[in-house]
Amino acid sequence: MALHEMNFKIKAEGKTESFPKEWSHTGVVGSGDMEILMKHKELGGAAEVKIVTPVTGFDEIWEKVLEKFIFENKLGNVLLEINDNNSTPFIVAMRLKQALIEAKEGMKQ
Amino acid sequence: MENNKVWNSLKRDRMSRIRAAIPYVKMGKEVAAEDTVSLLETVIKPHDKVNIEGDNQKQADFLSECLCQVSKERVHDLHIVQSSIALSSHLDVFEKGIATKLDYSFSGPQAGRMANMIREGKIELGAIHTYLELYGRYFIDLTPRVALIAAEKADINGNLYTGFNTEDTPVIVEAAKFKQGIIIVQVNEIVDQLPRVDIPGDWVDFVIQAPRPFYVEPLFTRDPSLITDAQVLRAMMAIKGIYAEYGVQRLNHGVGFDTAAIELLLPTYGEELGLKGKICSYFGLNPHPTLIPAIESGWVKNIHCFGGENGMENYIKERSDVFFLGPDDSLRSNRAFTQVAGHYALDMFVGGTLQIDPYGNSSTATESRVAGFGGAPNMGCDPHGRRHASGAWLKCGSENGIQSQLTGDLPRGKKLVVQLQETFREKMAPGFVEKLDAWKLAESADMELPPVMIYGDDVTHIVTEEGIAYIHKCASMEERMAAIRAVAGYTKVGLKEKPEETKELRRKGIVKTPEDLGIDISRANRSMLAAKNVRDLVKWSGGLYNPPARFRNW
Repeated sequence: MALHEMNFKIKAEGKTESFPKEWSHTGVVGSGDMEILMKHKELGGAAEVKIVTPVTGFDEIWEKVLEKFIFENKLGNVLLEINDNNSTPFIVAMRLKQALIEAKEGMKQ
Repeated sequence: MENNKVWNSLKRDRMSRIRAAIPYVKMGKEVAAEDTVSLLETVIKPHDKVNIEGDNQKQADFLSECLCQVSKERVHDLHIVQSSIALSSHLDVFEKGIATKLDYSFSGPQAGRMANMIREGKIELGAIHTYLELYGRYFIDLTPRVALIAAEKADINGNLYTGFNTEDTPVIVEAAKFKQGIIIVQVNEIVDQLPRVDIPGDWVDFVIQAPRPFYVEPLFTRDPSLITDAQVLRAMMAIKGIYAEYGVQRLNHGVGFDTAAIELLLPTYGEELGLKGKICSYFGLNPHPTLIPAIESGWVKNIHCFGGENGMENYIKERSDVFFLGPDDSLRSNRAFTQVAGHYALDMFVGGTLQIDPYGNSSTATESRVAGFGGAPNMGCDPHGRRHASGAWLKCGSENGIQSQLTGDLPRGKKLVVQLQETFREKMAPGFVEKLDAWKLAESADMELPPVMIYGDDVTHIVTEEGIAYIHKCASMEERMAAIRAVAGYTKVGLKEKPEETKELRRKGIVKTPEDLGIDISRANRSMLAAKNVRDLVKWSGGLYNPPARFRNW
């Protein structure tokens, strides 16, 4: 199956948060619907997202889901790589939230 | 006054038909299976109203196939009145020109072919009903002249044992028999001694031992291994934001994975929230295998069943405190009575749907399928004839945003009608749409009104992954539409959401997000389920549940 790649650069307003420089998190692979990689990258306060998915025609919805996630969590200087396997927009949003919660837990340890 | 008016023409007609069939009767009321077609040609007349027992689950499939083989010269223009159009033979009888008119309730598996046949003019559609409406009309203007029914066992005098899958049989027989109709039954077995009598023999005219047992569909078995994390999240939200919030004790669950998830979360999440004994004690419900863990954990006091469910026979037999059993210890189901209970004795209906429009109307109709209604609208409506109070009903009514505009200063309760909806289903089909497909179907099938499963003014709660909209609290249509947009996610309807409106609705408690409900979404996963697969259900049942072969994947 041909895979579709999308790239977005999204910048939240105000003060943003990132991850430690040397840290990266690969999230929620066990679910079978998607894999999320989060890491630090100097982007002048913006977030960069790369998505690989078999689904085409929903770029606009992807962008909205990601914008909401990045704005709500005030993420900046962050690189997100998403390998998707036919997730619905809600599952994407839920996996992102779950990955971020796990990432923050990981940072505490 | 004239004295020569005949007042018993139906009875005379009935007697003449029965007499004509005498050559086919062997012992008692028994007719040989190979004489069935001839029997039908003899007792059915053109233009008769005929019921072929097609229930949600049980099917008089042998009699239905035989009806397709009668001579069109002798039997034609039948008006079929039956609840479910489930088998291809139910439509073949129209294709062959034996029947012309149809009044029914539900046609799940045949919905696509039915739509085509209506368009081609092969079926003249009377109306699509809810079960209770159709049963009601059996006694008023759609009384069957001949009913072709199905039972498990009979004796040669026509006494019937319908047992576990009684379903619609009593209501069909009651209507047809007492208006001088003719009852023909196919049974799996003719025996000397019945386990119990469900239908007395003098209500039955002809008994046929079918060459194979009647077909019955396991409609209510949901494999827990197919439940998704999103369904677990919606289930957690429903339990905390609705079941617990209103203390709902008496309810019905629709078919589907969302309600299966709720059933499987009762012994885990429900227990954790301290809800045992406070919610979910009484059900009007088919015997859902996914309810076994909650029953075994002592949650459920009572279940009355519409029908049976394959594999649940032995389990039910051993749980007579919970289910309704005959003197022989097997389940007695009865769809008409559970439907009545669902209408008047339950405080909540919870179910899924395909499409919800911006006003909150919901429908499972699509342009190419005439699926019908079944019982959901009877469960999923606020019965205005209700007069007894309960905590959940009173609380929901007290929150009704327009009650004072309807009854002034008089309080009134309201039934909880909950729609669980995924904002996008498989293949990105949206769960919220600007216009229901039901409109297009109404046009293409020339229906008088779009077939809506649940009207917006009956719906009280819509649960999506985004949140719960308590739409009965809204004081205007505008506010209701804003609440629906707020939970409609990234669908076209949801994208019109205005953040400042949603903020206000959250402040008023009309919209609650998982965060507002105090639900940690990172916990929303399958590990919360009390049973993760069918094998776990068997274990919970202590080996009493015996799942159908297709669900045995270990």
